[in-house]
Amino acid sequence: MRHELLLTALALVVLIIDLMLKPGQKNAIIPITIILFALHTIAGFLPAQPGELFGSMYRTDALHVMMKNILNVGVLIILLQSVTWLHKDENREKMAEYFIILLSTLIGMYFMISSGDFLMFYLGLELATVPMTALAAYRHHETKSAEAGIKLLLSSALSSGILLFGLSLVYGSTGSIYYNDVAASFSQTPMQVLAFIFFFAGMAFKISLVPFHLWTADVYEGSPVNVTSYLSVISKGAASFILIIILYIVFHSITFLWKDLVYIIAILTMTIGNLFALRQKNMKRFLAFSSIAQAGFILLGIIAGSKTGMTSVIYFVLVYIFSNLGAFGVVSAISNATGKENMDDYDGLYHTNPKLSLLMMLSVFSLAGIPPVAGFFGKFFLFTSAASAGYYWLVFIAVLNATISLYYYLLVVKAMFINKNEAPIASFKSDMATRIALIMCTLGLFAIGFWGQLYELINNLSIGILN
Amino acid sequence: MNILSLFVLIPLLTIVGIVFTRNTKQTRLVSAVGMGIQLIMAGILIFMYLAERKAGNTAEMLFSFDALWFPTLNIHYSVGVDGISVAMIALTAIVVFAGIFASWTVDYLSKEFFISLILLASGVFGFFISLDLFTMFLFYELAVIPMYLLIGLWGSGPKEYSAMKLTLMLMAGSALLLVGLLGIYFNSAPGGGQLTFNIQEISKIQIPIEMQRFLFPFAFIGFGVLGALFPFHTWSPDGHASAPTAVSMLHAGVLMKLGGYGAFRVAIYLMPEAAHEQAWIFIILTSISVVYGAFGAIVQKDLKYINAYSSVSHCGLVLFAVLMMNQTAMNGAVIQMISHGLMTALFFALIGMIYGRTHTRMIQEMGGLMKVIPFLGVVYVIAGLASLGLPGLSGFVAEMTIFVGAFQHTDTFHRVVTIVATSSIVITAVYILRVVGILLLGPIKNDHYLQLTDAVWYEKLSTITLVISIAAIGLAPLWLSDMINVSLWPMVQRIAGNGLAGLL
Repeated sequence: MRHELLLTALALVVLIIDLMLKPGQKNAIIPITIILFALHTIAGFLPAQPGELFGSMYRTDALHVMMKNILNVGVLIILLQSVTWLHKDENREKMAEYFIILLSTLIGMYFMISSGDFLMFYLGLELATVPMTALAAYRHHETKSAEAGIKLLLSSALSSGILLFGLSLVYGSTGSIYYNDVAASFSQTPMQVLAFIFFFAGMAFKISLVPFHLWTADVYEGSPVNVTSYLSVISKGAASFILIIILYIVFHSITFLWKDLVYIIAILTMTIGNLFALRQKNMKRFLAFSSIAQAGFILLGIIAGSKTGMTSVIYFVLVYIFSNLGAFGVVSAISNATGKENMDDYDGLYHTNPKLSLLMMLSVFSLAGIPPVAGFFGKFFLFTSAASAGYYWLVFIAVLNATISLYYYLLVVKAMFINKNEAPIASFKSDMATRIALIMCTLGLFAIGFWGQLYELINNLSIGILN
Repeated sequence: MNILSLFVLIPLLTIVGIVFTRNTKQTRLVSAVGMGIQLIMAGILIFMYLAERKAGNTAEMLFSFDALWFPTLNIHYSVGVDGISVAMIALTAIVVFAGIFASWTVDYLSKEFFISLILLASGVFGFFISLDLFTMFLFYELAVIPMYLLIGLWGSGPKEYSAMKLTLMLMAGSALLLVGLLGIYFNSAPGGGQLTFNIQEISKIQIPIEMQRFLFPFAFIGFGVLGALFPFHTWSPDGHASAPTAVSMLHAGVLMKLGGYGAFRVAIYLMPEAAHEQAWIFIILTSISVVYGAFGAIVQKDLKYINAYSSVSHCGLVLFAVLMMNQTAMNGAVIQMISHGLMTALFFALIGMIYGRTHTRMIQEMGGLMKVIPFLGVVYVIAGLASLGLPGLSGFVAEMTIFVGAFQHTDTFHRVVTIVATSSIVITAVYILRVVGILLLGPIKNDHYLQLTDAVWYEKLSTITLVISIAAIGLAPLWLSDMINVSLWPMVQRIAGNGLAGLL
C-alpha cells in the first residue's frame, strides 16, 4: 500500500504547494514535483511486505511492487521530458494540473495492478483513464487536442461499457467478483464465454489491439507529445500487466479459449499495426501505429501461459518503456525546439543534431529488435516464450512482422542519416531535464539487455497459469 | 582474458578509439592499427591452434570459455574454435584489413564509415567464435544491420533501394533462422532435463525426427538467404553493386560465408537426419544457384554486377558442397569459402580502384587498361584466374575438392547434379576471360585514360595482402585442409552415424 499512499500524498502536496506559490514563482512547482517523484520512485524499491486489504479487494506482493516500480521509472522519464514543454507560456497557468492529473492516473494504475476483485480493478481502470482525457485535451484551444480529448473520452467510455457488461455477466454467472472465487467457479458455459469475450474486448480497447485500435492514431496525434508517450507507454504497460494477471489467474479454466483468441488478435494486431505504420508521415502517428504493432508482440508472451511468458511480457514492457520513451523524447525535444513533427522535417538531422539522431536510431532499432540494444533481448524472449508453448508459426509471423516494422523504422534512420536537406532542423541545445531523461533512456537501452540478472529477478517473481 | 573474446573486444576498442579521433587521417590510422592488430591476432591464433593440436589436444573446441548469462533460459556466452572457425577468423581478419586500406580515400563522414565497417566486422568475428546459438544469432544480426547505413550513405547508384532490399531480405532470412534456432532449443532435451543453446551439447543428442523435418528448412533457408541460395539471392547483386568498395569486399568476402558456415554448423550438423532426407531439394536449388549465377555473370555489363553474380555462383557451390555431406566435399566447402572470400574481396577492391580512376564500371566503355595501369591489370588477371580455378591458386584447390567429394556419391542423382555444377567452371572461364579481354586488353578507348596513374601504396598493400593469401592456399593447401579435416571428422562421423556410412 506504500506506493498508493505515498503517491496520493505526493499529489496532494503538489496541489497545496501550487496554491501557496506566488504567481511569479509558479515555475518552482516543476523541480519540486520531479524531485518528490524521484524520491517516491526510489522509495518504491525498498522492501515491502505482501498483504491484503479491504477483504482482499486489494492485494500486493513482490510481483505487483515490481510492476509499479517499472511504471514509476517510466513516469519519471516522462516528467523529465515534459519540463521544456511546461515552461512554455501557454502552459504556465496549468502546470500543477498536469502533474496532479498525471499522478492520479498513475494511482489508478497502481490500484488496477493490485486489484483482487473486479470492482477494484474497474475503479483503478477508470481512475487511470478518465483523467487522461483532460490531459489529451490539455491544449484545448487547439482543435486537434480537443478532438483527441473527446475521442479518448468517448472510446474509453464505450470500452468501459463493454468491459462492465462482461463483468456483470461474470458476476451473474459466478455470483462473485473476487478473482479467487471467480477463478474457482468459472467454467465454459455460454454465458461465461460471452462474459470473457466482452471483458477481453474492453481490455483490447485499452491496449489498442486490432480491431479496437482505431481511436489510437487520432488521440496520439492530437495530444501533446508527453501525453502521447504516457498513453502509449505507461497506460499500455499497466493494462498489459493487469491483462496478463487476470488471464492467468482468473480465466485459467478457459485457457484453450483465450489462447485461440489471443493467437488471432496477435496476428491481426501486429500485421495491421505495421501496415498502417508504413504510410505515416507524422512522427506521432507513426509511433502510435508502431506501438499498436508492439502491443501485438506483447500478446506473444501472454499466449505462452507460463512463467516464462509473464517474465518476457514484463521484461518487454520494461525494454519498451526505454525504447519508446527514447524515441518520444527525441520527438518531444524537436517538437519543443522547432514545432516540427513530420518525418520529412527529420531529413539530414544527423548533420545538425548528431546525438539526438543517434539516440533516435538506437531507440528505433530497439523497437525493431536489433542487437545490441535492449529491444533485441525483449523480442527474443517474447518469441522464446511463444515457441516454448509450440507456437512456431505464430513466432514466424511475428518475426516477419518485425522485419516489416524494420522497414519503417529504417525510414526514420534514412531520413536522419541519408536524406539530403537544404535546410535541416537547426542545431539546438536541450535543457538539463531533457538531457537527463535522454541519457537515462540511452543507458537503459544498453544496460537492460546485457544485465542478465534483471531477467532472473523478474523471472523469480513471475507466475504461470494456475492449475 | 580469453584469446577469442579479444576478437570481439579489439574491434570494439577500435571503435571507441575512432570516436575520439579528430580528423580523417587519425580515423584511418586508428582503424588500420586496430585491424592490423586483429590480423596479427589471427596469425597468432592459427599458430596457437596448430601448436595445441600438435601437443595432442584432441578436444573438439579449443580455447573455449563459458559464462552463464541468462540462467533460467540457460543462455551462455560461450566461445571456442575448431579448425574451421580458425580458418574463417583468419579470412575475416585478412579481408577487413584489406578493406580498411581499400577505403583509404573515404572522406565523407569517414568516422561513421569506419565505425560501421568495424562494427560489422566485430559481428562477424563474434559469429565465428560463438558456440551458443543465442550469441551466434545476436552477432549475426549485429553483422547485418550496419550494412544498411554503409550502403545507404556511402554507396552508389540506387543505393537506398539496394540497402533497403538487402537489409529486409537478410532480416527476413533471420526470421526463418530464429524459428529454426528456437525449435532446436526447445527440442534440445528430448529426454527431459535442461534445454540448451550450446551447439556442442545439442550435437550429442538427437532431435526428434518429425521436429527435424519441420525445423531443418527454417534453419537451412535462414542461413541460405545470406549464402545467396536460389531463389533468395536477389539482394546480392543489387546490394553488392551499390555498396562502397570495402563493404562489397566484406559482404561478399565474409558476410556471405556466415550463411555457408551456419548452414553446416547449425542446420546440417544438428539435424543430420532431416538434412539427409531433404538434401535433394536444396541440392537442386544450389545447382541452380551455381549455374544460373554463372550465366547471369555472362550477360552483365557492370563490373560489380558481374562479380556479384559470380559470387552467387561460387557461394552456391559452398552450399552445394555442404549438402553433399561427406568429408571431402565439406572440406572443399570450407576451402571454397576462404578462397572465394579472398578472391571476391580482391575483385571488389580492384573494381573500386578502377572505378576511382575511370569513373565508370561499364566494361564496354573501357579497354586497354593493362597498358596504363599494369599493376591493377595484372592483379585483376590473377584474381580472374583464381576465380576460374587455375591450378596454383586457391580456386582450383577448392573446386577440385568439392567436385571430387561430390562425385564420390555413386547414385545417378548426385552424379547428374555434380556434372551440372561442374559446367559452371566453363561458364566462369567465359565471363572472366571476356572481361579481361575487353577491359584490360585491346585498344584504349578513351584518351583521358592515358593519364591514369597506377596503384598507390595503400592500394598495393590492400591487394598484395589478398594475392599472397590466395597464392598461399593455392600452393600449399595441405596445412589448411588438414586443419579443417581434423575438425570436420567429428561432424562427418555424426552425419555418417545416421545411415550415411556407405557414402563416405
